[in-house]
Amino acid sequence: MDVSKLPEGPNLCPVPLSLLAKKAGGGELLINTVALGAVTFHLGGDLEILKNLIKDEYGDKGEEVVVANHKAAELGFEFALENYPKVVSETLKPVDTMSSAVPRMVINGNEAAALGAIAGGVQFAAIYPMSPISNILHVLAKHQETYGYVYKQPEDEISAINMIMGASFAGARVMTATSGGGFALMSEGYGMAGIAELPIVIVEGQRGGPATGIPTWSSQGDLRFVLHAHQEDFPRIVLTPGDPEETFYMTMEAFNLAEKYQTPVVVLIDKNICENDKSINYLDISKYEVDRGNFTMEKVEDYKRYELAEDGISQRSIPGVGNFFIATSDEHDAIGYSNEEIQNRNDQMHKRMTKLETCAKRDMPEPELFGPKEADVTLISWGSNKGSLQHAVKEFDNVNFLHLAWANPFPVEKVKEVLESAKHPILFECNYTAHMGGIIRERTGIDIKDKFLKFDGRPIYVEEVIEKINSVLKGGKS
Amino acid sequence: MTTLNDLKTPFKPNWCPGCGNLPLWAAFKNAAVEEGWDNTNTAIVAGIGCHGHIVNFTKLTSFEGLHGRPVPVAAGIKMANHRLNVFVFGGDGDQLGEGGNHFIHACRRNHDYTIVLHDNGLYALTTGQTSPATPHDFKTKSTPQGNPDYPFMPTTLAIAAGATFVARAFAGDIEQLKDLFIEANNHKGIAIIDVLQPCFTFNKEFTHEFFQKNTYYLGDDYDPTDKTAAFVKSQEFGLKSIPLGVFYKEDKPSYEGDLPQLKGAPLIEHSPVRKDLDELFKKYI
Repeated sequence: MDVSKLPEGPNLCPVPLSLLAKKAGGGELLINTVALGAVTFHLGGDLEILKNLIKDEYGDKGEEVVVANHKAAELGFEFALENYPKVVSETLKPVDTMSSAVPRMVINGNEAAALGAIAGGVQFAAIYPMSPISNILHVLAKHQETYGYVYKQPEDEISAINMIMGASFAGARVMTATSGGGFALMSEGYGMAGIAELPIVIVEGQRGGPATGIPTWSSQGDLRFVLHAHQEDFPRIVLTPGDPEETFYMTMEAFNLAEKYQTPVVVLIDKNICENDKSINYLDISKYEVDRGNFTMEKVEDYKRYELAEDGISQRSIPGVGNFFIATSDEHDAIGYSNEEIQNRNDQMHKRMTKLETCAKRDMPEPELFGPKEADVTLISWGSNKGSLQHAVKEFDNVNFLHLAWANPFPVEKVKEVLESAKHPILFECNYTAHMGGIIRERTGIDIKDKFLKFDGRPIYVEEVIEKINSVLKGGKS
Repeated sequence: MTTLNDLKTPFKPNWCPGCGNLPLWAAFKNAAVEEGWDNTNTAIVAGIGCHGHIVNFTKLTSFEGLHGRPVPVAAGIKMANHRLNVFVFGGDGDQLGEGGNHFIHACRRNHDYTIVLHDNGLYALTTGQTSPATPHDFKTKSTPQGNPDYPFMPTTLAIAAGATFVARAFAGDIEQLKDLFIEANNHKGIAIIDVLQPCFTFNKEFTHEFFQKNTYYLGDDYDPTDKTAAFVKSQEFGLKSIPLGVFYKEDKPSYEGDLPQLKGAPLIEHSPVRKDLDELFKKYI
């Protein structure tokens, strides 16, 4: 490695990993543990805790392996202590858990989505494995008997979305999850759920594409895809949480939104959320109420499944309770019979599309603005960039950050208000063509000229954000 | 009790006069009357094709889905509410072409519903192109020089893929088809009925007369539990030698019968409200 090519700023603390690994009595295999020991020192961690973790991890491989790894960790830790005693942070400072009334959790986005679904009352999930979302199905499959829902592995993503549509039609709260490639296969069912007004939740964990792309790396390149997939127009609600905690609460909420508006809800996350562990506050479900919307499991006289309504929401029912209706991929009348007449087509299209306006009015919160209200630089972003941008904002007293967690319906007024008063807005996104930038321009008429775009699959790092902000504040090239 | 009048909708069939869908529809309605299938206990699922219109003329709560996709929809319905009688109506294009993958997986899973294959040997709604059931050399609009491909037998495929009830019927024999619908619905697990039906408009070879002349019923001496024999029998298809009846039948627990979560009540009768998740959340502390 050519040290001279590293960027300025970070502390360089070279450690002779191979040498210390050998000294610990092992070969190259031990260099990771040596490095872990050194890093634990630099982050202010406790060597004894690391040694306990090593014992937990390698205990079943025998005493010899544990001893060697303990030695390696000690050597790394001591080398750092002796050679770079001043390079130490408080990142791993032990937390006094006893005095804290509420414990904290360590959770990644996949686990958050699965737990959000369980808390949100999922009754049926069909998910085909795909990176980076497979762990959602692992968690759901494991707990299905305890919580009384069903997870089913289908033969493909087409089957996944059709299975959940069938279960939704029959009255279950349903979900699927996939990545961009699987979502391509689901596009057909996505619009079907739209026209038949079937509540479904889809978690889409983005990875770099197109096609197989960079399957183990992240991306925010599917925003336009989920907003436009399928032929013609139908209402789709698209949520873009920025971290595991937000993913939990929004997935839980997605089940209510799907049933209230009887349409597909996409929770759009990405690999950086799906597979990165985060330490978060203990999840709080005390305020959550299952809301099934305008829904009946009783027989209704003169029942009309798709009856016109001012807010676009008709009464939903299920087969088996005596209410006759047809859920159909055809344009249909109030009962569900195929109907291609002009007035009916206009009325039913309008009824469905009105649901988005109703949703915006009743359920869409304003986007969160982090940092001071008045600022010299305003960062705008969505999804997993949230963490780095929140971190960067704290380093300045004149920078704020608008985090967009709803892509459709879209919080037009608030975004307009923030952008109209922003002195220097910068857009941050992980895609080539600034999907959210385009949507902001389309909805508000405002073009954010300064864009920080990244599409190499890696996250946007705090250091990059700080450097970008500094270049603007110093009047440098923006 | 269900009457024929209960099954009426304001619409009359828009199938061509002489279409094999008409007697198939009549047989299904007769079975519904005999068994009391109504909107408190039955749901039907259809794909896209001429067959799919059946939902507009049969007053049973239904799901007319996407081309080729009714099978996974039916599986979803059945897992959500296993008390429903569920029937899938699909054409040979719908089930064997666009939905071929779903069809074979339905066979191996043993969900408790019935697939009614409207098998007219070609695509009729799109005005007569070749299907996976069209014979070799057969002329259609998409194969004017004769079909270069070879068909497969849906019954043989179903037996090979693990279906536990596989039968073939002729749409023109309403009484026999009615009995078969009832037997298939009573079977615990997946039931496939390949219904040979004339397409009066686009298939000039597989006519009513052709099927009347060339089909015969499996006799009492036929053993439908012998899988190897069923496999051989299901491939018979020629002049004077098209067998009809139940080729294969196997007793096995249905998918829904085997799921511990469904013991007691159907999924939709479990409350989705989960207030105490501490035991789950604490795994992540």
